[in-house]
Amino acid sequence: MGSGQREKFDNPVVEWVDSRLPVFTLMQREYGSFPVPKNFNYFWNFGAIAGVMLVTMIVTGIVLAMQYTAHTDLAFDSVERIMRDVNFGWMLRYMHSNGASFFFIAVYIHIFRGMYYGSYKGPRELLWILGVVIFLLMMATAFIGYVLPWGQMSYWGATVITNLFSALPLVGEPIVTWLWGGFSVDNPTLNRFFALHYLLPFVIFAVVFLHVWALHICGSNNPEGIEPKSEQDTVSFHPYYTIKDSFGLLFFLVLYCLFVFFAPDYLGHPDNYIPADPLVTPAHIVPEWYFLPFYAILRAITFEIGIPFTDIVFITAKLGGVIAMFGAIALWFVMPWLDTHPVRSARYRPLYRTFFILLVIDFVALGYIGSQAADAVLFGLPLSVMGLICTAYYFAFFLVILPVLSKKEKVKTLPNSIHDAVLAKNKSHS
Amino acid sequence: MKMKRTFSALLVVLALCGVVGYSSSAYAAGDTPHPPKQDWSFSGMFGTYDKGALQRGLKVYQNVCSACHGMKHLRYRNLTALGYNENQVKNIAAQYSVTDGPNDEGEMFERTAIPSDAFVSPYPNEAAAKYANNGAYPVDLSLITKARHSGSDYVYGLLTGYSEPEHGVEVPEGKYYNKYFPGHVISMAPPLSDDIVAYDDGTPTTTEQYAKDVAHFLTWAADPYMEDRKRIGLRVIIFLLVFAGIMYAYKRQLWADLH
Ligand code: HEC
Ligand code: HEM
Repeated sequence: MGSGQREKFDNPVVEWVDSRLPVFTLMQREYGSFPVPKNFNYFWNFGAIAGVMLVTMIVTGIVLAMQYTAHTDLAFDSVERIMRDVNFGWMLRYMHSNGASFFFIAVYIHIFRGMYYGSYKGPRELLWILGVVIFLLMMATAFIGYVLPWGQMSYWGATVITNLFSALPLVGEPIVTWLWGGFSVDNPTLNRFFALHYLLPFVIFAVVFLHVWALHICGSNNPEGIEPKSEQDTVSFHPYYTIKDSFGLLFFLVLYCLFVFFAPDYLGHPDNYIPADPLVTPAHIVPEWYFLPFYAILRAITFEIGIPFTDIVFITAKLGGVIAMFGAIALWFVMPWLDTHPVRSARYRPLYRTFFILLVIDFVALGYIGSQAADAVLFGLPLSVMGLICTAYYFAFFLVILPVLSKKEKVKTLPNSIHDAVLAKNKSHS
Repeated sequence: MKMKRTFSALLVVLALCGVVGYSSSAYAAGDTPHPPKQDWSFSGMFGTYDKGALQRGLKVYQNVCSACHGMKHLRYRNLTALGYNENQVKNIAAQYSVTDGPNDEGEMFERTAIPSDAFVSPYPNEAAAKYANNGAYPVDLSLITKARHSGSDYVYGLLTGYSEPEHGVEVPEGKYYNKYFPGHVISMAPPLSDDIVAYDDGTPTTTEQYAKDVAHFLTWAADPYMEDRKRIGLRVIIFLLVFAGIMYAYKRQLWADLH
């Protein structure tokens, strides 16, 4: 960045600025003439879409923050005031609350796309790791944001999730007290959550910047999973992908707006329209839908680990659940080293493809299990058992299946180049 | 600190027992059925509120429910959305009095309510409300249809769901059997019966009609911008679809040259 060849611009103002600070050169190089594989499918839209959702969240969030009051006595009512008395306040709030859901939809698709096409493999390991960092920060931000309206689910969700840290031996209890700023979720908690909720999106923004930077160093992966070799394999980002991304984005926004304007509370929980009450526990405490798979993993661990036939327990069930839940995401960090198979794309790895599709089904099933009461039964089978089975598959996929496939899996023949693959595809279509 | 920990642990255990006990008693009585879907003018993408129903619903709320339930998120001025003009709203507000102050002498004083005041609640605080209702809390109704699953149908079901106890549910003295209330035992006496509120537009004065109208009114109260929302939403969706269509056509053309 900075030094190096500058582009030439006809516009004198642009040229004046660029010769002093080459931002236009940067934009031109990274988003104008930037060469990109020409065989992307629509799954490659979701990075850009996630970026737009992040900006949407920051813009609507800042305007909400101008009206919101972070105090336990006032928070709920201040959100209601936004909904009723602030001009278009209802729209801002619904854009923000549904925006979180659609941000997660985009990012989940983006992540599973990466897994399917092997985008986490070298040389993109760091790019992938930065992505997982973004996902973790998003989870923290969304969890904290959900506490702000101070409804029943806000309060009880915050209580349940922060309490998880108390499972840590020795330091657990002090950590929870420290997080709360007291001995229960209360005004100090709400206040610091607001401060953090304002801060974290900007941290996300910074990590997104690094993520995109890393992307522009090693270039995009593509559905074939092979690197571009000649100019025939690529197109310039603009106009080919600016237009395609715009179309994908607009289509995504249609779905988002259908929720914002026609079913704004569908993804929320009715209990969050009841003001927080520390003395009344809701019948079922459920997190937002985007946390449900991990919540199911947390609840799946109901046994403790210790020396059999003694009272000695090393890992309580609660701690086991917490380790499993965080471990489930931590595994993503090391995915490039669990799967060392030289071929990236699942298109050419039939076994990996099958196990991966099972993983997606497994993940959705975990989400369903997480949404149900702990003692629920489906088709005569207790869901807790199904939760354990699904959790076992989830871990087996990363810890057993990936390493074994890395050594054993035979692949289909790879195309010579991206261009060849596109030609072959066009032929079979016509 | 130790005391506090033990105490909160106890509270959690108690709460859990409550939840377990509650759900098992609900099981014993057969799960609470879903309230049947009603035909509302506001459902669907193009649904709107019915001003007649809203005005009648307000009347039912004022004459019956407001004896126990507040609606503190509403202001009298919001009632213009029901089709009242400013004078009518002034008159409605003037039926109530609010505590204001302090005045120049530092005293609180009573004055007639004006359109910018919030709906006056029947009780000064939650404790007073509970005390007057045998320990049960008549919730604020401003958000009730958002705060329950299928809220409008639920309120209608609740108000029309009273009967003699079924499925062998024990109903203690001073409580009532209700088909749609979770656990079936509710502390609110059946608030509606035929002919308790006079309608001046010829609509039948039955319990069902009152329930329907007041549920309609409460739905508006919880979601007063629904009509604006849908109207704007429709334009936004059409705009996005057209724009997306143009982009799609452009994209096809651009990429066609490439292949
Ligand atoms: C005599 C006082 C009184 C009147 C009048 C009254 N209610 Fe209630 N209401 C209560 C009490 C007390 C509760 C709490 C019941 C409980 O928790 O068991 C309640 C609860 C409710 C609930 C909440 C049920 C739930 O799911 O928690 C709704 C909805 C409701 N009332 C609607 C109405 C409507 C609509 C009217 C007017 C038609 C009305 N009430 C009139 C006392 C009253
Ligand atoms: C990564 C981006 C963000 C995510 C995922 C996110 C998520 C959320 C969520 C899930 C809620 C609860 C919504 C509800 O149920 O009402 C919320 C509320 C809120 N957020 Fe954010 N947010 C983000 C960025 C921001 C930013 C940058 C601000 C600016 C300060 C902000 C300010 C607020 C405020 C004031 C509320 C409370 C009002 C309300 O509940 O509607 N948010 N956020």
